Amino acid sequence: MEWVNAVVQGILLGGLYALFATGLSLAFGVMRFVNLAHGDLAVLAAYLTLSTTNTMGVSIWWSMILVIVVMAAIGYVGQRAVFNRTLGDDPLPGILVSFGLGVVIQNALLEYYTATDERLDAGSIITESIKVNDDISIGWFPLITLIVAVALLVSLQLFLARTKMGRAFRATADDPETAQLMGIDHKHLYGLAMAIAFATVALAGVFLGARTTFAPSSGSSQLLFGFEAVVIGGLGSLWGTLLGGIVLGTSQTVGNQASIGWDLLTGHLVFLAVLLFRPHGLLGTGVRT
Amino acid sequence: MSLLTVESVEARYGDFQALFGIDIEVNPGESVAIIGANGAGKSTLLRSIMGQVTVPAGRIVFDGADLAGVSANDRVGRGIALVPEGRRLFPSLSVRENLMIGSHAGRPGPWTVDKVVEALPLLERLLDRSSAKLSGGEQQAVAIGRALMSNPDLLLLDEVSLGLAPVVVRQLYGALSEIRAGGTTMVVVEQDIGQALAMADRVYCMLEGRVSLSGAVDEVDQAAITAAYFGVS
Repeated sequence: MEWVNAVVQGILLGGLYALFATGLSLAFGVMRFVNLAHGDLAVLAAYLTLSTTNTMGVSIWWSMILVIVVMAAIGYVGQRAVFNRTLGDDPLPGILVSFGLGVVIQNALLEYYTATDERLDAGSIITESIKVNDDISIGWFPLITLIVAVALLVSLQLFLARTKMGRAFRATADDPETAQLMGIDHKHLYGLAMAIAFATVALAGVFLGARTTFAPSSGSSQLLFGFEAVVIGGLGSLWGTLLGGIVLGTSQTVGNQASIGWDLLTGHLVFLAVLLFRPHGLLGTGVRT
Repeated sequence: MSLLTVESVEARYGDFQALFGIDIEVNPGESVAIIGANGAGKSTLLRSIMGQVTVPAGRIVFDGADLAGVSANDRVGRGIALVPEGRRLFPSLSVRENLMIGSHAGRPGPWTVDKVVEALPLLERLLDRSSAKLSGGEQQAVAIGRALMSNPDLLLLDEVSLGLAPVVVRQLYGALSEIRAGGTTMVVVEQDIGQALAMADRVYCMLEGRVSLSGAVDEVDQAAITAAYFGVS
């Protein structure tokens, strides 16, 4: 039963990784933009939520709504003002600019908040769980995280498949030049895509901050997990992102069950195995989808 | 007043100059053919009109307004649509979605998916199929329908016949003739001279980035076209 519990906990952990990876997957799928500041943006959102909660005296969930809106606005403006200038056949300018942004965010957070570990107070929900039997308990907070991740991905999938703007996203991902011939303003559309990506990373940052402690330097590991989830699932595939998060989470918890401390190692090994045997990921096709 | 006026337009790709002082006029309701050999600058001219190629000299006026500084997507909103060379459908979209994305600019007008299917009946059974799984002729029909969905005042067609079987080309040009009869102004770029001239009121022949001949189709004789096309006197 301990192994079953490890798998269950891994699936739940995968929800958090999928949340992290959604914004990465969207930015890559629509713009072929690799955002190395993604993890730092999640930590920034967690700190903004902390400050908002402390200043306004409201729960982290009300703060989260405000922070999501603010982060989405930053994403739109950042894309229009900076990231759009880096897009082209060569991905290197975007990678370098986002790497620089990550460094700036980390140091700004360090300067303003210091290196002390912080945590968002989500109340009693953090410790409450559903007891399935003596060996298996499902924490309410990890379960809610997974449900939110699935709801987010389903919503995004429906948005992309069923709406006029979603069609424009997919058309632009296929061929941005021809998309302009349809009357699509690709710069505005890229701004919207980044706004959604920033909003989702803000959501992920708040769930991270409520689940565990965070510090200005926490973004790097979250970026790595997010990337691994995206690559395992398949670049640009939203369902792949969910699957990738779950596979990564399960690999880590099962590895930890095999031997305490093996969690990160087994996660990385599964990631490498996918890269070796299915370079396009479990649900990836190798083309823009 | 002309619907489209191209005045002394030049275009470059880096150091390579593709167009040299091009002058073209298109009047409302007429069909204009632009013919010429490979590399004559026909597609560059259409891309310049669409705003996809920077025009460093000259000006392009559409419906009385200078298009300098107007982006490609805004030109669609103003009523210009291009059927690009090579069709360039969106492979992750179905045929129906490819048609619907053509109306993204939201211009009012008669063209709907149903009307496009009426004009191009071969699309009827393809609507829910992936556009990545179509034959060349089917793709071209979708590309034409997609452009019509923007309800354009001016339809630019780039090499409709390229790579297609003659029977398919005849079908497509048959449909285009009917569309044109409905009042849509067209500029047709073609290497297939016969097909282009059969539908056109006026013709421009291009050679090495310059207009080498222009006139009403029924006033220009075959020898003059051949001379202008190949650059022989």
